[in-house]
Amino acid sequence: MTGEGRTHDKGHYNRGHDRGHDRGGHWSSRHKQRKPEDKRQADVDESLPVVKMFRAFQVELDDRYDRYERLVKLGRDVTIESKRIIFLLHRIIRDNQKDKILAEADQKLCELSMFTLREIATELRGQSYYLYLRAFSPGIQEYVEAVTYFHYIKDGHLVTLDEIHKALVYIEQAEEAESEMANEPASQSPPGKFSLEITPLDYMLGVADLTGELMRKCINAVGQGNLEEPFVLCRFLRDVYTGFLGFGNTAGREMSRKVWTLFQSVRKVENACYTIKVRGSEMPSHMLADMFSSPLPEKESPDCG
Amino acid sequence: MSHSVSDVFLSFQEHLDSEQDFREEIRLAVRDLEQTARGILTLLQAIHQQAGINTIPEVCEKSKAQFATIREQYQVLKSKVPEGQYYRFHDHWRFVTQRLCFLVALTIYLEEERLVQREQVAEMLGLCIEQDKGFHLDLDDYLSGLLMLADELSRFAVNSVTAGNYSWPLKISAFVTEMNLGFRLLNLKNDNLRKKFDALKYDLKKVEEVVYDLSIRGLKPSGDADLMPKSG
Repeated sequence: MTGEGRTHDKGHYNRGHDRGHDRGGHWSSRHKQRKPEDKRQADVDESLPVVKMFRAFQVELDDRYDRYERLVKLGRDVTIESKRIIFLLHRIIRDNQKDKILAEADQKLCELSMFTLREIATELRGQSYYLYLRAFSPGIQEYVEAVTYFHYIKDGHLVTLDEIHKALVYIEQAEEAESEMANEPASQSPPGKFSLEITPLDYMLGVADLTGELMRKCINAVGQGNLEEPFVLCRFLRDVYTGFLGFGNTAGREMSRKVWTLFQSVRKVENACYTIKVRGSEMPSHMLADMFSSPLPEKESPDCG
Repeated sequence: MSHSVSDVFLSFQEHLDSEQDFREEIRLAVRDLEQTARGILTLLQAIHQQAGINTIPEVCEKSKAQFATIREQYQVLKSKVPEGQYYRFHDHWRFVTQRLCFLVALTIYLEEERLVQREQVAEMLGLCIEQDKGFHLDLDDYLSGLLMLADELSRFAVNSVTAGNYSWPLKISAFVTEMNLGFRLLNLKNDNLRKKFDALKYDLKKVEEVVYDLSIRGLKPSGDADLMPKSG
C-alpha cells in the first residue's frame, strides 16, 4: 500500500515521456490488431487523388483524437489528485493541525497547477478550447472544488474565478520557446505567457460540489463537539443555495441536478443546527454526535419538477 | 462573506444572460440558413424524376446560384459567433453545415463527376478551412456531408435506371467505391461520423446490385463507362 503513492508520483513526473511513447506504440499497435498495417498499405493505390486527400484527413483526425485522449488522461489525473486534497482537508480535526495540513494542501494544489494543469494548458495552446472541453471538464470541476474548499477553510470566503485564474498563468519555458520560434520566427522574443481558462459554468458546478464537502465538514464538526461551526456553515450554505436558485433552468441540466443535491445538503445542515439548538442544552455533546449517525428522516421529499 | 458570495452569483448570472443572447441570435441566423438549404435540396430532388434526369445541367446551375445566398447567410452567422468560441456553439449549425456540404458535393458530382475537395466546399459556402481563422468548415462536417452524398447517389443510381439511363450507375459505382477506399484510411472513433460511415457499405452494396442487374441483362453500356462522356 505504501508503494502506491510513490508509483503515482513517478508516473506524474514521467508523463512527458510517456506521452510520446503512447502515441507511437500503443495506438498503432491497436490498429495493427484490427487491420495489418502492411496489408492495408498494399491494398491502397497511393496515386489516387482521393487517397491523397484522405491521407491528409487521416493525419488531421488522428491528431485531434490523440489530443483528446491525452486530455482525458490529464483530466482524470486532476480529478484524482483533487479528491486526495479534499480528503486531506477533511482530516483537520484540531486547530493545532490546521496550519500544517493547510500548508500541505497548498503545496499539493501548487504542484497540481504547475504540472498536470500546466500540461493541459500546453496541450490547448493554439487549439480550440471548446472542442476539447468535454475531455477535461470533470477534472476542472474537481479542481475548483478542491481550491474553493481550501480557501474556505483558510479564510472562510468563497474564492472567485478570477482568483483561481491567477494560479493558472504560466510562463513559457526556454525549450518550448525554442520550438515556437522555429514555427514562427521573430514573433515573440520575450517568454510568452499562456494560461488555462476555466469556463464560468465549470466554476459554478465546482462550487455546487463544494457544498457537499461543507455539509460533510459540518457533520464532522458536530461529531467533534464543535457546536458553533455548523451555524456558520449553515449560513454560508444557505447563501449559496439562494444564489443557485436564482438561475432557474437557464444553466443547463447538469446544474439543475447539482442544485437538487445541494438542496438536500442544506436540509441536512439545517436539521443538524436544529438538533443542536433543541437538544444542545439537554445532553452532553458526545451523545449529540450519535444523533447524526442515524439517517435523517426524509418524510417529505418535495416533488420538484 | 455574504458579499463575495452574491458577487460570484451576480457575475455568473451576467454570463448566463449574455450566453442566452448569443444563442438566440445564432439560432436566428441558422434558421435562415436552414431555409435556403431546404430550397436547394428541393431543387436537386428533380434528378430523381423521370424527366429531371435530362435537365441536370440546368438544375446544377440553379443550385449554384442559390449558394450566393448561403454565403451571405454564413457571413451573418459568422458575425454572431464570438471569436475563438466556434466549438462552444457548434451544435447549432452542425446539422445545416453537413447538409450544405452534401448539397455542394452533389452539385459538383453531377456536373463534373468527381469528389469535391474540402477547400472547394468551403469556398462555395464562403468559409475557410483553417481552424485558427475563426469560423471555418469543420472536417467532421465535411466528411458527414460526403457520406450523405453516398446515400443520395445510391438512390439516384436506382432512379436513373428507372428513367432509362444506364450509364450513371456504373459511374456512381466507381465513385462510391473510391470514396469507400478513402474513408477506410481514417481511424474513426465511436462517434456520429463513425456511425454514418458504417452505413456507407450498404450504399455501396446497393449500387453494386444495380450494376449487377444491368450487366446480367446486357444493359451495360458498351465500352468503358469511366471514359464515356456524359450521356444525358
